[in-house]
Amino acid sequence: MVHGFKGGEGFGFLKSKAVWVRIETLKVHAHAQETRIASSLSCVEIFTALYYGGLLKFRPQDPAWTGRDRLIVSKGHGAVSLYPILADLGFFDMEELGRVCKKGSFLGGIPDPVVPGFETVNGSLGHGLGVGAGMALALKRKGMANRVYVLVGDGELNEGSVWEAMMFAAHHRLDNLTLIIDANRACMLDFSSNVLDIEPLAAKLSAFGWEAASIDGHDVKEVFESLSAASLSESQRPSAVIARTIKGKGAARLESDPLSHIRNLSPNEVSEIIAGMEA
Amino acid sequence: MNAKKGVMRDVFLERLYGLMSTDEEIFILSADFGSPRLDAIKRDFADRFINVGIAEQNLINVATGLAIEGFKVYAYAIAPFLTMRAYEQIRVNLALQGQLRKMNVNLVGVGAGLGYDVSGPTHHCLEDLGIMRMLPNIAVLSPSDWELAGQLADYTATNDGVKYLRFEGKPVNRIYDGPVKMAECFTELKRGDDICLVSTGFMTHRAIEAASILEKDNIRPGLIDLFMLSPFDTDRFIDAVKGYRTIVTIEEGFIGRGGLDTLVSAALSRTAIRTMSMGFEGGYVFDIGDRDYLHRLKGLDASSIAAKVSQALQGA
Repeated sequence: MVHGFKGGEGFGFLKSKAVWVRIETLKVHAHAQETRIASSLSCVEIFTALYYGGLLKFRPQDPAWTGRDRLIVSKGHGAVSLYPILADLGFFDMEELGRVCKKGSFLGGIPDPVVPGFETVNGSLGHGLGVGAGMALALKRKGMANRVYVLVGDGELNEGSVWEAMMFAAHHRLDNLTLIIDANRACMLDFSSNVLDIEPLAAKLSAFGWEAASIDGHDVKEVFESLSAASLSESQRPSAVIARTIKGKGAARLESDPLSHIRNLSPNEVSEIIAGMEA
Repeated sequence: MNAKKGVMRDVFLERLYGLMSTDEEIFILSADFGSPRLDAIKRDFADRFINVGIAEQNLINVATGLAIEGFKVYAYAIAPFLTMRAYEQIRVNLALQGQLRKMNVNLVGVGAGLGYDVSGPTHHCLEDLGIMRMLPNIAVLSPSDWELAGQLADYTATNDGVKYLRFEGKPVNRIYDGPVKMAECFTELKRGDDICLVSTGFMTHRAIEAASILEKDNIRPGLIDLFMLSPFDTDRFIDAVKGYRTIVTIEEGFIGRGGLDTLVSAALSRTAIRTMSMGFEGGYVFDIGDRDYLHRLKGLDASSIAAKVSQALQGA
């Protein structure tokens, strides 16, 4: 592997980091009830693998460093689980996590580039892949080897603009672009399959000219290995990793609820869930 | 005034071609919309031109990505589709993001107003001045002749920010002879008595025609060509028109809905100057015919404009 992370016993490190990220995300939600907790819990292992697995190049003290890899969190509502990671890595102070959604904080319910480490304005769905394709094209034209990652939700794939970008990225052979689909099976009002069934997703992506792999998005080893393989692919195609996840992962009440996107966990529930995870 | 005709996009793209040979940061995207001058760019700068296809939303998103990475991007398309199909992409990725990040993105829309006359209301562009002016962090530029359009190539390449360029699609006469300072927002083409016609884009040619009709009746209106609607230098404008009793705005767009007329009446609200607006009212234009015919139908031909100005003066 070209990355600093060596795998093997190291996956225990990534697993324990994922537990920590989930706990810290829940703690943020306990005092910032406006945050979308279910959407943020499904992508914990994805963020963990990217940031702690050595897949992303970044400099916390210089977030705009041109040598960084780019990550666009197009499913902006689910980005709260990235706050603890960025704080832990030194993009900003850990104490800021206690001020999410509070007066004067730069950490809102949905992050914007006012947060160190966030590339783009998020919150409106369907923009990230096209913007990421433009960035990937620019990096190629400039002869830079950096990679662009775009995280979307499966519900976000309802937006037509995503598919415009899919065609563009494949046509222009943007093999420095990785799309990560947090396929957490739910939109706002229902399970995705009841709203607009987008399966078979891997076959659709493949038909659009992408390399597509379907994995268990809560197995941090699988997430790491698939993203690593995507970055090493020599197919000249853009890569998509379909991370099969569960919206609200770790909070049993949310996992089975089609309305989990708009559900909150009370501070008491958060304490119980965290106690269970630490037991 | 030099009457030589020219096409805005051709002159603009020709000058952009010249800039591209020395400025490697210029990148042009088109949403399947062309020009012979664009063919030359495609041929000679193949690595910095892409036709993204009939996909205006992706046009804006890809332009954003390129601009974030430091390219000076030109997104070229038919005006109504560029501004209205992709309005939310423009809002989120350019207006919102433009407040936080340095970007140089230039939206070049061709076919303002009734430029695509017989193609009907989907191709008419009568809302763009209002909706683009509404967005913070986006400059709105509406040149009246090809010389000004040509000067916008250098202006846009050397000034960061997000800009919307509203181009007439058909050949137009030349109005300007020398360099124009864009930040001045408007040019007083002629000083007049009592009344001044303030127009933008193609309608400045109509205003010039209307003024010559009025001059035969010894009415000498002032003429102002307003080419930058946002940001707007209100103080300079008030200073330029303070001797007039009446200002008539003339635009090839809906009136009373945020366009040129709204800009001017808001600017003059702290003065005693009376305003009158001419443009399209009563909804979309489904009538078939060329632009001259449609203008006559809607009272926007030079004779109708002159007659309305004349009446307004008698009533004053």
